[in-house]
Amino acid sequence: MTANPDPLAQEALPAKPRKSDPGGMVEKRGAGLWLTHLGLIIGVAFIFFPIWLAFVASTVSQPEIVRPPMPLLPGDQFFANYSKALTSGINAPVSLMLLNSLVMALGIALGKIAISLLSAFAIVYFRFPGRKIFFWLIFLTLMLPVEVRIVPTYEVIANFGMLNSYQGLILPLIASATATFLFRQFFMTVPDELAEAARVDGAGPMRFFFDILLPMSRTNIAALFVILFIYGWNQYLWPLLITTDPTMNTIVMGIKQMFPSGDDIADWPVIMATSILAMIPPVLVVIGMQKLFIRGLVESEK
Amino acid sequence: MATLSLDNVKKSFGKTDVIHGVSIDVKDGEFIVIVGPSGCGKSTLLRMVAGLETITSGEVQIDGRRVNEVEPMDRDIAMVFQNYALYPHMSVFDNMAYGLKIAKVPKPEIEDRVQQAAKLLQLESYLKRKPRELSGGQRQRVAMGRAIVRKPAVFLFDEPLSNLDAKLRVQMRLEIKALQRELGVTALYVTHDQVEAMTMADRMIVMNGGVADQIGAPLEVYANPATEFVAGFIGSPPTNFFSAALLGRSGTDQVGVRPEHTRIADGGKLRATAAYAEALGAESLVHLRLPDGTMITVRQDAEAPLPAEGSEVGIAWDAHHEMTFDGAGRRL
Repeated sequence: MTANPDPLAQEALPAKPRKSDPGGMVEKRGAGLWLTHLGLIIGVAFIFFPIWLAFVASTVSQPEIVRPPMPLLPGDQFFANYSKALTSGINAPVSLMLLNSLVMALGIALGKIAISLLSAFAIVYFRFPGRKIFFWLIFLTLMLPVEVRIVPTYEVIANFGMLNSYQGLILPLIASATATFLFRQFFMTVPDELAEAARVDGAGPMRFFFDILLPMSRTNIAALFVILFIYGWNQYLWPLLITTDPTMNTIVMGIKQMFPSGDDIADWPVIMATSILAMIPPVLVVIGMQKLFIRGLVESEK
Repeated sequence: MATLSLDNVKKSFGKTDVIHGVSIDVKDGEFIVIVGPSGCGKSTLLRMVAGLETITSGEVQIDGRRVNEVEPMDRDIAMVFQNYALYPHMSVFDNMAYGLKIAKVPKPEIEDRVQQAAKLLQLESYLKRKPRELSGGQRQRVAMGRAIVRKPAVFLFDEPLSNLDAKLRVQMRLEIKALQRELGVTALYVTHDQVEAMTMADRMIVMNGGVADQIGAPLEVYANPATEFVAGFIGSPPTNFFSAALLGRSGTDQVGVRPEHTRIADGGKLRATAAYAEALGAESLVHLRLPDGTMITVRQDAEAPLPAEGSEVGIAWDAHHEMTFDGAGRRL
């Protein structure tokens, strides 16, 4: 474990090799540091600029946006725009769409994790006829993008009467070959002796799964949760297809629904406020789980 | 505390026979070491006793009860694994208590038994730590502790010392043996290290290619190897083998003489060329090449003169130290 240095910690070190001359080193390092930071700041500013524009647009009034040039500093309509977005929105209140998105994203992330943990457990630890075939069948679904099977999936969900429901939003997206594959790879690195020791200790398969395998996969689960939460949050096409009732709209597709059709006038400040609100939950999840997330991607805990 | 008996135990994977029938009766409290080179089936044999491998034919009995079909946890055994197999996310205490917790032993008793084991193994101050915060020797002790707290009838060790450095290995060897004596538990211990086998065993099983070549007390096996393989495997440096053709004898195939019984003497039975010598301080090992190309070793006192490299010397031994083997490697 100690022999496995954290690559991120390494990046934080100065990239240049240390020189024996202390004076020169400080100067050189100083200049390099400034240049590096300058580069980073420019990069961040470049990427951040559109988000800043969206934020500015969400704090001004409609006429101000339409009149060129576009304002670059926040206006005084922040509370007015955001409260309008949250409480009434355009088709449905944004708070409701946020809730819908949250339920869908959590449902997809947790469901995917639960299902793929169990299927990886079955594939790695049990010898049953057709084990290889099942694994490859799961693997095969990786090669079919959602869009290819979206029409039959719609048909199935419609027949189940799941249109405009949380089940309809979550269930078709809940199986994950990627996550199953990831957990399978992780379980294969767990030494066999651990399973045997548990067996000698008297733990049955499910006990072994919950007491030993699950806690050991903690960091992997966290990393996957972040990725899958964002995946679920950003679902666009599927919710667009199956939610016709505005109260079941999720926020990402909701933004599109807010665009005017025909000659209506777009309420851009409210749309922009909605966009900013839509970004907050994924950002919070990433920041909150950053530590576990990075550990999960970097180290393989033994 | 219990007896253990193996009756013509066999194992095959598909069509390949791995163990060709091993029988032994182990007395209560006896320390049995199974020794052999890699791939001889010694670990498989142990895992069959543990219940981690199925038994193809034959019977294993623990305390007179047939256990062939019994799950590992109900066999009243505890096992120490080669890489310790500690649960990485649990503290030392939880690692040791896990088996008891599953067996639904009351909490105060678990606490008692773990504390007792920890005291015995000098692990008291480490109980809250995670395995990765321990040294190799300490992890080894935790693995032992996990076995001890269950108060099993039979201890099974699968090469428990092979991951430790040489010095620690010698120390743990003594500790394991002392512990086993103190607890009086029957033990089955697998190793490929013949020194471990010699020093720890009450009796040892020397395995070769799935066959128990010889079962006996260490010194008896050393003095009286049953096969050519045992003579070559037990003892370091290994026994010198002279082909009968070279000695001009009939009725035998190989003649074995231990290095300490072989000496350099003028006008001996054979001539050999000195290849190189190793002076170890208390003794020296002289490696020589026989006319037919075989290498032999002479173990002699440090004071005895070392022959110059490349010089030709005579080799001699006393007739009563000779061990003769037939073409199939059996002792004559």
